[in-house]
Amino acid sequence: MSVLKWSAAEVARKVIDNKELFILDVRNTDAFEDWKIDGHKFEYLNIPYFELLDGVEEILPKIPTDKDVLVVCAKEGSSMMVAEMLSDAGRTVAYLEGGMKTWSEYLEPIKVGDLTGGGELYQFVRLGKGCLSYMVISEGEAAIIDAVRFTDVFTNFAKEKNVQIKHIFDTHLHADHISGGRHIAAQTGATYYLPPKDAEEVVFDYTPLVDGNVVQIGASKIDVGALYSPGHTIGSTSFVVDNKYLLTGDILFIDSIGRPDLAGLAEDWVGDLRETLYKRYRELSDDLVVLPAHFMIIDELNEDGTVAKRLGELFAENHGLNIEDDETFRSIVTDNLPPQPNAYQEIRQVNMGKITPAIEEQTEMEIGPNRCAVR
Amino acid sequence: MSIKADFQLDAKGLSCPMPIVKTKKAMAELVDGQILEVSATDKGSKADIAAWAESVGHQYIGTVEEDAVLKHYIRKCAQESANEKTFESTIELEQIVGRDGLILDVREEAEFAFGHIEGAKSIPMGELEGRLSELDKEREIYVICRTGTRSDLAAQKLVANGFTKVYNVLPGMTSWTGELIKTI
Repeated sequence: MSVLKWSAAEVARKVIDNKELFILDVRNTDAFEDWKIDGHKFEYLNIPYFELLDGVEEILPKIPTDKDVLVVCAKEGSSMMVAEMLSDAGRTVAYLEGGMKTWSEYLEPIKVGDLTGGGELYQFVRLGKGCLSYMVISEGEAAIIDAVRFTDVFTNFAKEKNVQIKHIFDTHLHADHISGGRHIAAQTGATYYLPPKDAEEVVFDYTPLVDGNVVQIGASKIDVGALYSPGHTIGSTSFVVDNKYLLTGDILFIDSIGRPDLAGLAEDWVGDLRETLYKRYRELSDDLVVLPAHFMIIDELNEDGTVAKRLGELFAENHGLNIEDDETFRSIVTDNLPPQPNAYQEIRQVNMGKITPAIEEQTEMEIGPNRCAVR
Repeated sequence: MSIKADFQLDAKGLSCPMPIVKTKKAMAELVDGQILEVSATDKGSKADIAAWAESVGHQYIGTVEEDAVLKHYIRKCAQESANEKTFESTIELEQIVGRDGLILDVREEAEFAFGHIEGAKSIPMGELEGRLSELDKEREIYVICRTGTRSDLAAQKLVANGFTKVYNVLPGMTSWTGELIKTI
């Protein structure tokens, strides 16, 4: 039978459309347990490729014949080999082009909604890593928030939409992924903003982003307003877009809240985190739609693939927003935190401009889940 | 320093799965107990070689990185289940600490290099016969290897050559939880 090649985009559609898929993951067991392609209706079998060098006969009974089968490995080579062996054994299977490396890098742009006067808001969902970036478009201009390092995706999208990128914001100095912000700014002449309290060590020029900053996109009325909301980092800043959307960065997620320890100061920042979540955000309208910079689990995706929910609903449902006692809150966000993201200290150095690793090293640094939240 | 291996395999420039495919083929040519050095540039090969070796029962000794080249060391192990130990004078691992005698490590040089007990002397099993003159017959000798099998044979060899104060250390380095000295 034949071997098919699937792109990351095709797999992303399976995830978003809630399709069934059988994934034969031939990476090491450790790698699989740490991180895999998540889908609501996906089934998995993990057998390292090196256990299949003598043949696939033994696993054939475990591979279904009535649904799509995708063989996945780290970079592609091993999945191709195993897919060919399965094909020789009479099965039709696919392998993932570029492997988990490409999956980790793939961004799916999804429209979140329309804005006043014909503007649009897009969310770029990085399914493999759980990162979310945003583009606000209005009257030929665009602003980008929390861009990941694949700058082409954003510049090509802007070209396609016939808009000029004018403003680029990072809600905070990221620790789980490498920002593309200043590189897009260099390419397009846009202004790059960073919260100064997160940027004390950065070695490049930036425009300080402070509470109350308002930037207008296009000639009409779409505002992107900055709201100082520390806690994940001391500089963390949220944005209110068009009085309708609240971009929370890594402070508030759909089913979890930000962790205060990635810059090494959990004890110092837990009070700020509490204040932001329980005071500053409480003063905002419940009808704002929360758009975070990450999702942790696939269940946080809406039916259309977006990650978004009304602030009012989060106040009712998100456990992290419903901890009455200060001490309990402190203990939850400082004790027993999940492992830190892979290479998070080096990633912070890259985002400060202190080190500039080769692309391949950047890929290595970003391997694995993002782990920016406390549930 | 360079680490001694019986065979070298060049897998530089090859990407997954080829380093493992080639390693598997090369290992089939080795005799039990011999060591293969695999040079590779694929960073993923480290985790994969270690996991593969464990899955098939070979001993993954370790990896050193030199100028972006990874050198992996693997020792071929056939079925070690049939490892009858016959040497009667044995000593438990914990008891050799601080005792006035010589710890004689009879594992291969590569294994020794990746971690040994401080003060231990290295004479690989295969070289013991020719290097007996380096050892003092008056001193207690605690012979150690990875699991107690090679050291059992080495202890027998020492006694056959007139040594009397010889002990086989059990279980062996696999159970050593103290400090490890590395010479890599």
